[in-house]
Amino acid sequence: MDIASVAQHGMEIHGEAWTVKELFVYPNEFVVWSIQIVMYPYMTGLVAGAFVLSSLYHVFGQKELEKIATFSLAFSFCLLPVAMMPLQLHLQQPFRGTNVFFTPHFTSAIAAFGIVFTTYAFIVASEIWFVYRKFFIDEARRLKGASGLDGIRCMIYNILTLGAYDLSTDALETDHKAAKYLAGVGVPVAAFLHGYAGFIFGSVKANALWMTPLMPVIFIMSAIVSGIALCMLTYICLLEISLIKASVGKGKSENIKSQVRAAQRETIRLTRKYLLMFLVAAISLELLDLIFRGYTAVKSWDILRSVIYERDFNLIFVMQYGLGNLVPFILLLLPRISVKRTVVALVLVMFGVFMMRWNVVIGGQSFSLTFSGFMHYHLPIIPHNWETVKEGLVGALAVIATPYILLVGLNFIIPVVPHFEEKPE
Amino acid sequence: MKNHVYRPLFLVIAFVVAVLIAREIVVPEDFGTHEAGYMYGWHRKGNEQEWKDFKVKYQGKDYCKLCHQDKVDKISQTPHVIINCENCHGPAVKMARVDGKIHWKNPTYTKHGEDTFENHIDRTREQCLRCHAKLPYKGSGREWVRGINNTEHNPDMECVMCHNPHSPGFG
Amino acid sequence: MISRRGFLKYGASALATSGLITTTSGKIFAAAGSGSKDTRWAFLIDTHKCTGCGLCVKACKLENEVPMEANATRTWVERYVIKHDGEVVADSPHAGIDGYTRNDPQGREIPESDIAKSYFVPKLCNQCEKPACVQVCPVGATYQTADGVVLVDRTWCIGCGYCIMACPYGARFFHPVFRVAEKCNWCYHRITKGMDTACVEACSFGARMVGNIMDPNDPLTKIIKTERVSLLKEEYGTSPMAYYIGLDTLVR
Repeated sequence: MDIASVAQHGMEIHGEAWTVKELFVYPNEFVVWSIQIVMYPYMTGLVAGAFVLSSLYHVFGQKELEKIATFSLAFSFCLLPVAMMPLQLHLQQPFRGTNVFFTPHFTSAIAAFGIVFTTYAFIVASEIWFVYRKFFIDEARRLKGASGLDGIRCMIYNILTLGAYDLSTDALETDHKAAKYLAGVGVPVAAFLHGYAGFIFGSVKANALWMTPLMPVIFIMSAIVSGIALCMLTYICLLEISLIKASVGKGKSENIKSQVRAAQRETIRLTRKYLLMFLVAAISLELLDLIFRGYTAVKSWDILRSVIYERDFNLIFVMQYGLGNLVPFILLLLPRISVKRTVVALVLVMFGVFMMRWNVVIGGQSFSLTFSGFMHYHLPIIPHNWETVKEGLVGALAVIATPYILLVGLNFIIPVVPHFEEKPE
Repeated sequence: MKNHVYRPLFLVIAFVVAVLIAREIVVPEDFGTHEAGYMYGWHRKGNEQEWKDFKVKYQGKDYCKLCHQDKVDKISQTPHVIINCENCHGPAVKMARVDGKIHWKNPTYTKHGEDTFENHIDRTREQCLRCHAKLPYKGSGREWVRGINNTEHNPDMECVMCHNPHSPGFG
Repeated sequence: MISRRGFLKYGASALATSGLITTTSGKIFAAAGSGSKDTRWAFLIDTHKCTGCGLCVKACKLENEVPMEANATRTWVERYVIKHDGEVVADSPHAGIDGYTRNDPQGREIPESDIAKSYFVPKLCNQCEKPACVQVCPVGATYQTADGVVLVDRTWCIGCGYCIMACPYGARFFHPVFRVAEKCNWCYHRITKGMDTACVEACSFGARMVGNIMDPNDPLTKIIKTERVSLLKEEYGTSPMAYYIGLDTLVR
């Protein structure tokens, strides 16, 4: 090591910038897994949840869900790269990330993640291909010979057909079957992908808060909750956008307006029950975990109790369970639900699941391995170097914004934003 | 065009093949399961030798003796015989920087004080206090070391002004 | 890639090993494997002898090129002050690198009359026989050598930090310059040449000792065989190989 280069690099240990230690903490302990590791299961959960929602239509034939299911499928495709993004931003050697594919060490819970994730990505992409193949061909034919931007789009559609231009009834029937089959396979893979993320935490025996076999199941349930909530939320907002578009248009908006309102109410009516169901399952499991820990009260319980009931009380009981679970639960259950009330409840549900991820990842590192000291995590808000950019508020917001940027991009290729035509009364 | 169903599968296969080819190119040949088995011994074998070749800095008292027998003899008459020379004198190794790269040298080949890395003599009061600051810690090793009250025992002076570390006391 | 047969074989041998340990409980260094190896490095720390001078930490940082100013280290010394009222005040400021020169655990001065007992505990990587940190490395960048030392391949580590999370002893950290996982390796470059580790070399009081537990004539082996020794955090099932003499139950 060059001593001069040492001086240039600075002596900061990774994690030091945002960790404050209290009482007796080992010298090497820092909050090493920071905001991006909170984002990672959150985003993976959204992918999984969005896919499960789309499968409710494709596999289980919940016909009423068709519109939101089609949207959820496209949205889960946009969320896919974002599940990987936090990991890349978190790695100290991001360019070596591919080593996971080259020399996987399967005794590690992270090793197969790349493989499971890629498998899942291919399933989602293929399903989208089967769902939209007819659309690709139609568009490619419609835009044939066009120049400029449409020319480029025509080329993209031609590539997307993968050279398969068969539009016979048989072929379309096959498409439908294949999509259904992939959606069926995709559900367990999505659950596995996310349960797996839970296992990454649940299997760390050195961490008293993380280590529980319930962790993968808790993660799957909360994933579905947050996925459904986000799809509902985004879909309702997109409907709202199409409403605004219609209002700005030629003034003949009343008809469209009532259509959109009807669509919003329909969406809420249909998806609310699924959301509530999974919410109950998620909360039950989390409470079971908490009760079990308190009842068995092993060696680590002393420090866990002081974290859960004292230091992180507001984060866990007020923000996560109260504001994030109980309040939206009541809002969704009360009769005569309105679009506004639903939106508030959905935002709170999303917030609740985020807080759950935060309380697991950051909470698990808020006490020392000595069981006699604490570490406080301070999210870097104004970055002072690259590390506090990518593992700070800026990095987290970038991760949140990316699926929406991708959604806008995807909308140029396949119609994601719902479109309403003037309908005769 | 009956089999258009398999088109996405071809893409998947192409991807897998690409990864496998890249793997052949990127992964070093000696990477594999070695003595400790797959769970604990999955690694690049060559790295073991890289660690074995890591530069040794602390040489030990026998090495210092080669040139400084007299000093070693002197300190051997005192309680400080237990201390390694390099604890105060710094590791018996030097560093030169050529074009920003580190070159380690054994001091045999250079004069003391030239291009030193950490080879300076620590004569500070803080160095002596590491052992000789009196602490009320019954049961610790400190109990057996003669200690001073740091705030009362000539607090502004360096220890070496009165005490010679090679013959402690007032030698 | 592990073959199916290899996997089954592995599972079977793991079962056999666990059976061996339960039936022969009490057998020293049962953890050190079958005994067919000729070298298995082990460490011995006598907490009675440690004076808290911190010269081991300083020597380690110079020897192993971990920047002196960095707030992380391969080895460290902890201070425990136990009061008559039962309160335990423990700390390890700057890993103890500057030595303990004042009676100020956690910044508090504890009157001599309040102190029931007090001691220093040197810590370092335990080079576990079943290292949790190696098990969780996704790419095979950290591994156990045939003689039992856990090393990190600095060219292959992706910097995910899973190993840091998995170690119950807090032995690992990210190197501030190389930005890969870093840990104590019992000065592998020294012990494999027949030398002592830098920390052992620097310790004036013989509180630290490194040796080959497979060699019955090694002074370390003799002590471990004849004296009452204990291990840190055995409940994690990692089979640590750094033995302690005089380890108090309050040591974390």
